[in-house]
Amino acid sequence: MFLDNLPILSMLIWVPILGGIWTLIIGDQQERIVRHFSFFITVVTFLLSAVLYYQFDNSFVGMQFIEEFYWIEAFGIKYHLGVDGIALPLIMLTTFTTVLVVLAAWEVIDENISYYMCAFLVLTGLMNGVFVALDSILFYVFWESMLIPMFLIIGIWGGANRVYATIKFFLYTFLGSVFMLVALLYLYSVAGSFNIQALHEVPLELTAQKLIFIAFFLAFAVKIPMWPVHTWLPDAHVEAPTGGSVILAAIMLKMGGYGFLRFSLPIAPDASLFFANTMIILSLIAIVYIGFVALVQEDMKKLIAYSSISHMGFVTLGFFIPFGIFAATNSTAGAVMGMEGAMMQMISHGFISAALFLCVGVMYERLHSRMIKDYGGVVNSMPCFAAFMMLFAMANSGLPGTSGFVGEFLVILSSFKVSFWIAFTAALTLILGAAYTLWMYKRVIFGEAIREEVSDLKDIDAREGFILFLLASVVLLFGVWPAPIFDVMHVSIQQLIEHISQTKLL
Amino acid sequence: MINHIETIYLTIVLAPLVGALLAGLLGNAIGRAGAHWVTIIGVGISTILSMLVYKHHIIDGAPDYNQAVYTWLSSGGIDFQIGFLIDPLSVTMMVVVSFVSWMIHIYTIGYMRDDPGYQRFFSYISLFTFAMLMLVMANNFLQLFFGWEAVGLVSYLLIGFWFKKESAIFANLKAFLVNRVGDFGFLLGIAAILMYFNSLDYVEVFNNVEQHKDTTITILSGQSWSVMTVICLSLFIGAMGKSAQVPLHVWLPDSMEGPTPISALIHAATMVTAGIFMVSRMSPLFELSVTTLNLILVVGSITALFMGFLGLVQNDIKRVIAYSTLSQLGYMTVALGASAYAAAMFHLFTHAFFKALLFLAAGAVIIMMHHEQDMRKMGGLFKYMPITCLTCFIGSLALIGFPGTSGFFSKDLIIEAVHHSSLPASDFAYYAVLLGVFITALYTFRLFFMTFFGKENMTREVWEKLHEAPAVVTAPLLVLAVPSLLLGLFLIEPLLLGDYFGSAIYVSGEHNVLSKIAAEYQGIVSFITHAFLYPPVYLAFSGLFVAWLCYIKYPSLPGKLVNRIGFIHKVLVNKYGFDDFNQIVFAGGVRKIGYFLSEFGDLKMIDGVLVNGSARSIRIFSNMIRHIQSGYLYHYAFAIIIGLLLLLAIFVHRVGY
Repeated sequence: MFLDNLPILSMLIWVPILGGIWTLIIGDQQERIVRHFSFFITVVTFLLSAVLYYQFDNSFVGMQFIEEFYWIEAFGIKYHLGVDGIALPLIMLTTFTTVLVVLAAWEVIDENISYYMCAFLVLTGLMNGVFVALDSILFYVFWESMLIPMFLIIGIWGGANRVYATIKFFLYTFLGSVFMLVALLYLYSVAGSFNIQALHEVPLELTAQKLIFIAFFLAFAVKIPMWPVHTWLPDAHVEAPTGGSVILAAIMLKMGGYGFLRFSLPIAPDASLFFANTMIILSLIAIVYIGFVALVQEDMKKLIAYSSISHMGFVTLGFFIPFGIFAATNSTAGAVMGMEGAMMQMISHGFISAALFLCVGVMYERLHSRMIKDYGGVVNSMPCFAAFMMLFAMANSGLPGTSGFVGEFLVILSSFKVSFWIAFTAALTLILGAAYTLWMYKRVIFGEAIREEVSDLKDIDAREGFILFLLASVVLLFGVWPAPIFDVMHVSIQQLIEHISQTKLL
Repeated sequence: MINHIETIYLTIVLAPLVGALLAGLLGNAIGRAGAHWVTIIGVGISTILSMLVYKHHIIDGAPDYNQAVYTWLSSGGIDFQIGFLIDPLSVTMMVVVSFVSWMIHIYTIGYMRDDPGYQRFFSYISLFTFAMLMLVMANNFLQLFFGWEAVGLVSYLLIGFWFKKESAIFANLKAFLVNRVGDFGFLLGIAAILMYFNSLDYVEVFNNVEQHKDTTITILSGQSWSVMTVICLSLFIGAMGKSAQVPLHVWLPDSMEGPTPISALIHAATMVTAGIFMVSRMSPLFELSVTTLNLILVVGSITALFMGFLGLVQNDIKRVIAYSTLSQLGYMTVALGASAYAAAMFHLFTHAFFKALLFLAAGAVIIMMHHEQDMRKMGGLFKYMPITCLTCFIGSLALIGFPGTSGFFSKDLIIEAVHHSSLPASDFAYYAVLLGVFITALYTFRLFFMTFFGKENMTREVWEKLHEAPAVVTAPLLVLAVPSLLLGLFLIEPLLLGDYFGSAIYVSGEHNVLSKIAAEYQGIVSFITHAFLYPPVYLAFSGLFVAWLCYIKYPSLPGKLVNRIGFIHKVLVNKYGFDDFNQIVFAGGVRKIGYFLSEFGDLKMIDGVLVNGSARSIRIFSNMIRHIQSGYLYHYAFAIIIGLLLLLAIFVHRVGY
C-alpha cells in the first residue's frame, strides 16, 4: 500500500507547521479560506495519526516508524524520530484536540485570524515533534519552541491581565527547561550521545542521577504542573483564549508527564527510587490541597485549572507508585497498573479538561464573564448545553462509565499495594472532586435564571454541539471500553517497568 | 431459551438503557407519549424476561450462570471484565427491581402528566433501572462499583429534577456527596480485595477467602488488623452511604425534594437496598469478620430505632415515609449483622413492595391535594380516595408487621434472628428493634389517621376538586398491594427451610441463627399463632392503639405531650442536629480550609514569597550589584587588588597546613 512507506512521523510534524505558515500567506483578508484551510490541515493531521494507529504494531518492543539522519553531524545530533506505545496515545490526543480547537475558534476569533490559526497549527506540529523526537536535542528544540506560539496565543488573544500571565508562564517553564538542557549536556559528556534510548542505557552513579533527576524534575514538574510549582497554570488559563486553555490543559500538561516517562524515570531510575517517597507525597498534596483550593474558586476557568492540577496529581502518583511497589514487595507485580493508570489519566484528562474549558468558552462568548456569581440557572435557557456539561462534570468527578474514572481507579488500586494511607489520601478525590465540580455546576447551571441576560441565553448551535458531542463520545467510549488505549501501551509500559526496576548504578 | 441465555441477560439490562436513551435524546421528536411508551416497553421487557429467568433458575432449578460479556481492560496481568452472575440472589433482585420500576413507570404517566420535563423524567427512571440491574447482575466488583455510582448519579439527577427549586438542588448535591463518602470507603475495600486476592471476580475472591482468614495488615504503626476486617469495614462504609445508615443517612430525608415516583423508586425497591444486597452478596467475606458484624449490628439498630423516632415528629407525609425507610433499612442491617442475610433480603423484598406502595399512595394524595405535603392540612380523605386509602392501609399493615402480611414474616424473622444471635452487640440490637416495632406502628398509623381520617383540614379550593386518583395511578397501587399482603406467605418456607439462596449466601456454622429458627419452625399457621406469644405483635398493636388515641380519639393529646417534653421534641425536630453539624463542621470547615489554602498557601506563600518574592529579590540583588559597576577605573582596580589579596590569603592559609 502506498501508505506503507510514508515518513508519517515527519508528516505529523511538518504538515501542520507548513500549513500554518501557508495560512499567513493566505492572509487575514480571506477569513473563510483561512478557517477552512486550517480545519482541513488539522483533519489531515488527525487522519495521519489514525493511519499511524492503524499501522502500529501493539506487540513490538521498542520504537517504530523510525526516521533517522544526521542534523548537526559534528555533535552527533540527529533528526531522529520514532514512536512507541507511550507516545502514540498522546499523539492521537494532540491531533484530535487540535481539530476541536480550530472548530472552536470558527466564529469566535475575528481578529488576526490567520495569525491565530498559524500559531495553533505550528504548535500542533511542535507538540507532535516533542512526542516523537528520539534525539534529546531535537526534543529540546521542539520543547522550547512550543513556548513561542503559546506565548503569543495568550499574549495576543488573551484576557485583561495577559501580560502578567504570559511572563509568568514563560519564565516558569523556561527556567525549568534550562536545567533540563544542562542535564542533557552533562549526559552527552558521559554517554557521548544525544540519543534518548542510548541515554536510557548509560550507567550513572547515584549522585549524578540525583542531580539529573532534579534538573529534569524542574522542567517537567513545572509543566505538569506539580505542587508547589503550579501557580503559573491558573493565571495562564484565566488569561488564555478558550483554544489556548484547551491546548494547555489537554496537551501541554501531558508534556511534563511524557517527560517523566521518557527521561527522568529511565535515565535516573535509582534516583527516582530515592525520590519516590517525596514525589508520592507531592502528588498527594496536589490531589488534596489543590482539591480544597479548587473548591473556593470563584472563576470557573481557575476552578478547572486547579482541578487539572489535582488530576495531574494522579499522573505523578501513578508514575512513582511502581517504585513504592518495588521497595515494598521486591517485585514488579502491580507496578504496570499504576503506570498505565497514570497514562490513561493523562489521555482522559485531555478530553475532559478540553471539554470543560470549551464549556466555559461557550458561556463566556455569550456573557463575557467567567465568574460563577454572574451565572445561575443557565439550564433554563440552555438545556442542551447543560446536559453536555453535566456529563463532563460527572466525568471530571471520576464517575465510572466515563473515561475520568479509569485512570484514577487503577492508580488507587495500585497505590494500595504500597500503603493503605496513600490509597486513602488519593481516594479523597472521590469526595473533593465531586464537591468542587458539582458545586460549581449547581451554582452555574441549576436554579432560577438569576438575571435577564441569563434567561435570554441562546442554546448551543450546531458547531458547538458537534464539538461537545465528539468529546462526549470519546469520554463515554473510553469509559465503557478503555481496552484499546491499554492494548497500545502494554508492551511499552511493561518494558519501561522492567527497565526502571533495575539499577543503573555502576 | 437455554442457548440464548446470554442474549436474554443482555436484553434485560439493555432494554431500559435503550428506552432511556430514546426518551432522553429524542424526547422532542418522539413526544410525551412516545417517551413513556419506549421506556415502559423497555422496562416491561426487562420485567417479563426477569420473571422468565426467575422461573428458569428458582423453579426449574437451573445452575448458576457466571460469564464475562467483554473485557473492559486488562492491566498488569489482571483482566477487568464486565459480566453477569445470575443466581437466586441476583435473579430475585432482578424481578423486584424491574417489577417495581415498571409499576412506577406506569404510575408516572399520571403523576407527571403536567410536568414540562416529562420525557426527561422517563429517561432518568429508565436509566436508573438500567444502573440498578447492572449492579445486581454483576459478577465482579468493578461492575458493582459502576452500578453503585451510576445509581448515585441518577438519584442526583432525579432528586434535582425540579432544578429551579433551591431546596432540590441543595438536596441532590448533598445526596451525591454523602454517597461519595460511602463510595470512598467502598473503593478502598475494592482496592484491598484486589491487593490480596489479585482478582475482582466474585467467585474467585470467595473461593480464596480461607487463605486470608488470618492475614493481617498494619495500618497504624504497631497495630495489626485482620485483612478481612479492613475489607469488610471499608465495604460496609459504602453500604452505609447507599443504604443510609447513621451517620451517613442525612441525604435520604432531604432527597424527598424530588418527585414522588422517584422517592418510591429510590427508597423502596432500588438504590437504598443496594447496600443490603451488597453485604449479602459479600457474605463469605463478612462471615470472617466478627468485628464488622458487631459494628453492623450497632449501626443498624441505632438507625432502626432513632430514625424511627424522627418519623414521629414529621408533618410532611413523604418525610414520614422517608424516616420509616431509614428505620426499616436499619432492620435489614441488623439482620445482616446477625448473619441472617436471607432474612435481610427477605425484608428487602417485602419492603420493596409495601414501601413503594406507601410512597405511591402518598404521591396520589399529594397530587390530588395539589402538591400539598403537610399532613396537618389533610384529613378525612378516605371518603374521596377510597382505593388509595385501602391500598395505603394494606401497606401500613405490612409495614407494622401485622400478622399474616408480608412485613410480618420478614420483620419477625429479623427480630427472632437477633434474639438468637450470640454476638456481643446482639442484646442491644434486640431491644432496639423491639422498641422500634412500637415506634413503627405509632408513626405509620399517625400518618394513616392524619391523612385519611379525622377532621378535614384542607382549604376549600382543594376540597372542591378532591376525587380518586386516575386509573394509571391506582392500578399500580392495586398491583403492588398484592405482594405487600401475600409475598410473605409464599417466601417464608422456601427461605427458612428450602435453602432458597443456595450457595449465593454463605453463613458460617456458629453464626447460623436462621437454621436455629428453622429447627423450631412448624408451618405458617403456627408461625403466626406463635408470634402471639412474643412481644413484637403486642408492641405493634399498642403502637397502633396509641396512634388511634392521639390522632382519632383525643386529637389534642399530641400537642399537650409536646409541651411536656419540649426539649426532646426539639431534639427530634432538629433531627439530633446531624444536619447542622454537617453544615457547620464539614461543609463550612472544608470551605474554610479551601480559603485558607487558596489565600494563604497559594497566594501568600507560593506566589507571594516564592514566585514574586524571588522576582523581587532578584531586583533587589541586581540593584545592589548595580552600584559595583560604577564605571570608575579606580573602583575596578581596587576590586582587583582586594580579590588578589583574598586569593593570596586563602592560598597561604591552605599551604600553611
